[in-house]
Amino acid sequence: MQLNGAQMVIEALKYEGVDTVFGYPGGAIMNVYDEIYKQDHFKHILTRHEQAAVHAAEGYAKVTGKVGVAMVTSGPGFTNAVTGLANAYMDSTPIVVISGQVPMSLIGTDAFQEIDAVGISRSCTKHNYLVTDASDLAHVLKEAFYLASSGRPGPVHVDIPKDVTAQLAEFEYPTSVSMQTYKPTTKGNARQIKKAIEAIAASKRPLLYLGGGIVNANASKSVREFAALTGIPAVETFMARGVMGASNPLLISMLGMHGSYAANMAMSETDLIIGLGARFDDRVTGKLSEFAKNAGVIHVDIDPASISKLVDATYPIVGDVALVTKEFLELAKEKIDSSKYEPWREMCEHFEQIHPLAYDDSSDTLKPQWVVERVGELLGKDANISTDVGQHQMWTAQYYPFDRPRQFISSGGLGTMGYGFPAALGVKRGDIERVSINITGDGSILMNIQELMTSVEQNLPVINIILNNHYLGMVRQWQTLFYDKRYAQTDLSVQPNFVKLVESFGGVGYDVSTKEEFDKALKDAVDADVVALINVTVERLENVLPMVPAGGSLFNMMLDDKDR
Amino acid sequence: MDNERRVVSVIVINEASVLSRITDLFSARGYNIESLTVAPIPSSEYSRLTIVTSGESRVIEQITKQLHKLIPVLKVYEHTKLVEKEMALVKFTISTSLSDIEALSSSYNGKIVNANRDTVIVMVVDEPTRVSNFLSAIERFNPKEIVRSGSVALEQ
Repeated sequence: MQLNGAQMVIEALKYEGVDTVFGYPGGAIMNVYDEIYKQDHFKHILTRHEQAAVHAAEGYAKVTGKVGVAMVTSGPGFTNAVTGLANAYMDSTPIVVISGQVPMSLIGTDAFQEIDAVGISRSCTKHNYLVTDASDLAHVLKEAFYLASSGRPGPVHVDIPKDVTAQLAEFEYPTSVSMQTYKPTTKGNARQIKKAIEAIAASKRPLLYLGGGIVNANASKSVREFAALTGIPAVETFMARGVMGASNPLLISMLGMHGSYAANMAMSETDLIIGLGARFDDRVTGKLSEFAKNAGVIHVDIDPASISKLVDATYPIVGDVALVTKEFLELAKEKIDSSKYEPWREMCEHFEQIHPLAYDDSSDTLKPQWVVERVGELLGKDANISTDVGQHQMWTAQYYPFDRPRQFISSGGLGTMGYGFPAALGVKRGDIERVSINITGDGSILMNIQELMTSVEQNLPVINIILNNHYLGMVRQWQTLFYDKRYAQTDLSVQPNFVKLVESFGGVGYDVSTKEEFDKALKDAVDADVVALINVTVERLENVLPMVPAGGSLFNMMLDDKDR
Repeated sequence: MDNERRVVSVIVINEASVLSRITDLFSARGYNIESLTVAPIPSSEYSRLTIVTSGESRVIEQITKQLHKLIPVLKVYEHTKLVEKEMALVKFTISTSLSDIEALSSSYNGKIVNANRDTVIVMVVDEPTRVSNFLSAIERFNPKEIVRSGSVALEQ
């Protein structure tokens, strides 16, 4: 079948079962948009900024587990998309971003809206392609979707010059992919698995250290089963919130810089870390030389480069965490006696009792932690929760009762302010039945505020809850703690009228400063079924605690403001 | 810290921008490249890179793993028992003591490969440390130009 390059793109998306493309048209990608106009296989969602298109594709991918797709034009269209690619790269999210490029004859001439897109995206994608002939498009797009979703998932970027989208060529979409140079290991080494289980059986204080890889591999169910069978307590990384379920008695909490005292103490006292799809990053480990000093390490990861990168693994296991956990489960049935860890579970409970995650509620001003808890009480597992980046993000990770994987959508690795709202749009598109909440800050929300228009136009209601402290709160916190209260450029006292702002786009807005007002606003916003901004005035100088100062030891935490 | 010198060979699909992928990886992650050579492998779709690098053993392990992760990379060899050779070309003015230079170069698998009215060019091929020795030995003859090829290596 002879097709032009633009038609091939549409056909490929159709074969991949894509139902949504987030994007923004422009000169170099117009041929493809002309074909989008003519088709009805998928819906194109016009965001109001290319960065938002990629974040939305990522939100969609995170909530559905499918590959998210975004489309942008050359030059600034592409450069605006780079933050989205980098974010997806750091969080291992499967997305495919298709960009237009100037025609082949103009590449390298500094043509209008020309930029070396694959040169830029090389370091923030799993792989990228510049397609120089339409006859390559079928296999390139097939490979792009395969690479994005297999192995350690990640973003793949496909750059297509304008003349290639017009070029006619034979098109046959491949049914399978075989790449000589890319064969991820999914099945764990049986001998290593056996040794790991023996090590667990021999240990006294084993600890499950759960990471975002479990979410990507859809392994939560087997991880919960493994924990229940063996009685081994678990700590979750930020990216793994929801894996165990908030009410799971074996879940201690989140660990790391803003993890709970109990989680960090458990990590410091364990004699065997069972790392599943986690990568020991600096926000988790604190000072490496002091990290879990007396522990052996079982490390299961699909990415061999994650193993022994920062912490030496005693039992390295390369493989899909879902497959490996299932094998763990089989062997554990005979070899592991849950009652052996009873003293260890008691010790972990003791840690939780002496310094539980807590804040001082106030009757005068709303506490941001209360707001997060309250959303949890009112919506619980029925909402998907996205966040932006900053204090509100950490309070959400600490205080929201996440009940299932893919419920929490946040920018973990890159820490991208402006991520939450567009991601929540993609989340709503991917899971239309559930309420899509974006918990955000007064700094972050303005970084992609233009998406109010997308939300209204596409009827994708997102409820943005702004924990408004009139500060760039997390930076302000560091200035308070480590810069002698010199608040350089973090006072955000000058603000828009958020209610009028959202109303001008056709949404609903609420200014809230009491608990009663908040409950009413949230209920109203859910019923309104249109984009909402709930502007919650919260305690200005509240700090995210506990805190392990950057580079400090995990067991040496600031627990409350008196510890400064 | 034990900074080991290591020779890593990488077999890659011979396609556009593959070399950038490799060098970007080294610069992005702060790894050293002491030398790098690349040429197509005859009658195949692959090229072979020989990279001389250095770092602690953890860094070297990361380098090989990160190289493996690049999609067009077929194989990565971190050599332990290897034959490693490097070439150097050195240009002298013709007035230099030619017989001395020729004698020196022949003890480093070398010879005069080009001569014209004003200059001679000497080629040597040897282990990189020996090439370095040769280059310091000929310093007193005031070489006009020196070029080293970087290492190529094969596992024994």
